[in-house]
Amino acid sequence: MKLAYWMYAGPAHIGTLRIASSFKNVHAIMHAPLGDDYFNVMRSMLERERDFTPVTASIVDRNVLARGSQEKVVDNIVRKDKEERPDLIVLTPTCTSSILQEDLANFVERAQLEATGDVMLADVNHYRVNELQAADRTLGQIVRYYLEKAKKKGELPEGKSEKPSVNIIGMTTLGFHNNHDTTELKRLMADLGIEINEIIPEGACVHNLKNLTRAWFNLVPYREIGLIAARYLEEEFSMPYIDITPMGIVETARCLRKIQQVINQQGGNVDYEEYIDNQTRFVSQAAWFSRSIDCQNLTGKKAVVFGDSTHAVAITKILAREMGINVVLAGTYCKYDADWFREQVSEYCDEILISDDNGAIGDAIARLEPSAIFGTQMERHVGKRLNIPCGVIAAPIHIQNFPVGYKPFVGYEGANQIVDLIYNSFTLGMEDHLLEIFGGHDTKEAIHKGISADSDLNWTKDARAELNKVPGFVRGKVKRNTEKFARERGMDEITLEVMYAAKEAVGA
Amino acid sequence: MSVAQSEALTFECETGNYHTFCPISCVAWLYQKIEDSFFLVIGTKTCGYFLQNAMGVMIFAEPRYAMAELEEGDISAQLNDYEELKRLCLQIKRDRNPSVIVWIGTCTTEIIKMDLEGLAPKLESEIGIPIVVARANGLDYAFTQGEDTVLAAMVQRCPSKVDKEEEKQERNAIQKLLSFGRKNEQDSPETETEYGNHPPLVLFGSLPDPVVTQLSLELKKQGIAVSGWLPSKRYTELPVIEEGYYACGVNPFLSRTATTFMRRRKCKLIGAPFPIGPDGTRAWIEKICSVFGIEPQGLEEREAQIWANLEDYVQLIRGKSVYFMGDNLLEISLARFLIRCGMTCPEIGIPYMDKRYQGAELKLLEETCHQMGVPVPKIIEKPDNYNQLQRIQQMQPDLVITGMAHANPLEARGISTKWSVEFTFAQIHGFTNARDILELVTRPLRRNNNLKDLGWDRLVKEEAKV
Repeated sequence: MKLAYWMYAGPAHIGTLRIASSFKNVHAIMHAPLGDDYFNVMRSMLERERDFTPVTASIVDRNVLARGSQEKVVDNIVRKDKEERPDLIVLTPTCTSSILQEDLANFVERAQLEATGDVMLADVNHYRVNELQAADRTLGQIVRYYLEKAKKKGELPEGKSEKPSVNIIGMTTLGFHNNHDTTELKRLMADLGIEINEIIPEGACVHNLKNLTRAWFNLVPYREIGLIAARYLEEEFSMPYIDITPMGIVETARCLRKIQQVINQQGGNVDYEEYIDNQTRFVSQAAWFSRSIDCQNLTGKKAVVFGDSTHAVAITKILAREMGINVVLAGTYCKYDADWFREQVSEYCDEILISDDNGAIGDAIARLEPSAIFGTQMERHVGKRLNIPCGVIAAPIHIQNFPVGYKPFVGYEGANQIVDLIYNSFTLGMEDHLLEIFGGHDTKEAIHKGISADSDLNWTKDARAELNKVPGFVRGKVKRNTEKFARERGMDEITLEVMYAAKEAVGA
Repeated sequence: MSVAQSEALTFECETGNYHTFCPISCVAWLYQKIEDSFFLVIGTKTCGYFLQNAMGVMIFAEPRYAMAELEEGDISAQLNDYEELKRLCLQIKRDRNPSVIVWIGTCTTEIIKMDLEGLAPKLESEIGIPIVVARANGLDYAFTQGEDTVLAAMVQRCPSKVDKEEEKQERNAIQKLLSFGRKNEQDSPETETEYGNHPPLVLFGSLPDPVVTQLSLELKKQGIAVSGWLPSKRYTELPVIEEGYYACGVNPFLSRTATTFMRRRKCKLIGAPFPIGPDGTRAWIEKICSVFGIEPQGLEEREAQIWANLEDYVQLIRGKSVYFMGDNLLEISLARFLIRCGMTCPEIGIPYMDKRYQGAELKLLEETCHQMGVPVPKIIEKPDNYNQLQRIQQMQPDLVITGMAHANPLEARGISTKWSVEFTFAQIHGFTNARDILELVTRPLRRNNNLKDLGWDRLVKEEAKV
């Protein structure tokens, strides 16, 4: 048992649901008690999704405990198959079904006999893997399932596409800026003359998965999701994959050079050096920014970075290598991937923290007193408490981290966005600091407009106490309205009753 | 009422495949209400993830709640439950020093049959902090019923007069030694004279403090004293309950609490409609008055005056239809109020319907329909969201009150929605807050009035596959 207030990565089933709901026409059925379908709320709210989230629950209740899920799960699968005709139904276990130890695989087999679509049991164990690992596994599982199926039926397409082409693996729903990253990667590939073969899972159709093998190579932009599928494709179909996240100017160039190498190995004849040079020096603003006076002012400033592996590593490298900022601590909550993280950042930071305890990272921030933090929403709130600015670079995130405007993190436009994010965090901190030194904006007291703050009316003790319960930001308004109400009626004392009467008198 | 037979309420029960919040969400409002409490949810990452996301920014305010996150060793009983809980509770005692720790049992503790009720008294005497156990799990309950399980457990902790005296003496003795300056709660707040002579009345249901004050004042106007309220602001101030006391609920989801008052504490339950909307508030007060043989004073005028003040909002919804998908058990009371406002309501979904506890409310709903000349709604217990969406598609109601999972997709299909959870957090009780309910209900309609000429109602391409 562990005392926990906050978690960075969600439970396993969230990962499976993120994969399932990213595909088109795939439905997930959770084997879960009432209320565990909170995923639908998150997707509908955070992504502002217009369509119904294709996730339902086969509810585990008292009867199920007594008799087993029996026909219920099978019925629910078959029913959903009829109602929506999905291509695939993914039966998703939860923490509850993990302990019930029912033979869900058997239910899937039985349901498959009646269902017209495919039915699959997500192979994830709640107590062994978290959201990100589960997402990686589920994606791998679905890819393997459809490729093996195609192989058996002899439906695998022969050979490669004519022009160099790529599969982009790991773009998901509820991923941090994933939709913008997808657009930016598409643009980047178009610039390089590389065709997009498939993007999975976001927006993909499972029946197209068999075409994956037509691509020349696979690109896995995020460390957390997609590697299992890419490794499977490499082993089974000898498809090379690239797992360099093109985030920041240097890493984007490294990623492009690797792509160039992979394509040329397969008989392509491409040279991206001129493109990289042109983008770096003239199109993107990030390299120029590093050189400018603004960035000079940031030299040696202290920053703390914390997030998932992908973003924490990329931002650490950008801060240290591209802006000369002193990263005093880089950390991740992806404990299962700690070795890779260490290897990536060790030369770019003073200290490394691998932990999923928000208290530990909070304490470290308080101890190190950086000028800026780059972290998750939790670190943003730590920053608020300590008066240190924070740029959000990784999930867990709030609705404001799903911007409507175009804000990729990858590629050359991503580099621009990251510059803004970093620079704004630091200058805001500086501004605050200067204001403090020079004693605030304006020391003169504001002149009161309209009703004076001193009142001629007498508030009873009860009423005053009640007024203090009103949230601060509306208290002044409530006070003014109540007094106006009392004055109009010639009352000179404000009691609880007068307060409520004022409220009742139409939005007074 | 001669037409009553054909016009009686009908009840149906569907599959129970619907979306609602897990009942552990009650910690979000109860830890704020009971200021000296600490809520420990004994469950898995799934529970924690839900709370973390559902509570939003509250989570950053150092809430007095935490997860006791079960690990594989706990599930397979390699670790000793008692020792583990003791370790965590001592940590909580050290860091927060609460007056009570509430253990929230979850689905997992149910399935592995962790004997929380058995462990609590032992641990309680060992660490010296009361431990209240509430099984608020998704196997048995929906959303607001979580509060019901907590309050039902607390009813049993309410002192009787004798306890109170003993405790006072004990505490006086200790407090004289330890802390001077802290005021004892001995002096009774009001003199008896303002009130009529009636047996003690205890109200139950967690409401924000201002609403508690408002409702108490409304009763005071009728000469009725509220002798206690469950829950109180602090655990140490739980009301005295004696055999023969009267108890009355303020929320429709408190049926277990009501039962516990009657069976365990031998109280008499006043079965009244709930004080939601001016009609409900008046009926609630009238019922309490009638039980105490008091002639209510000035209620009719008070109600009329509130309605007059609501007219601008009522105009917006009069003649429009509202559909409740059902997720928080406030549905019957809200529907009754909205029908009184002139709306029609074809269907009310509700997670669980206690026809005894909600008896008076159901009767008022029926009467309201007859008086307003509208058909009575069909009440669907344990609804099936998929079927409901088909019916919504057919009926095209003017407003759907629903959870966040369906709100955006319905809006994209041109159907106005109001997020149901807001009704549980907004102040909706009593005369004073009637306007707040309509503020919520009319918001989508007012918004749509503002945007109506833009031609953007439907924002999905292919015709609604629901």
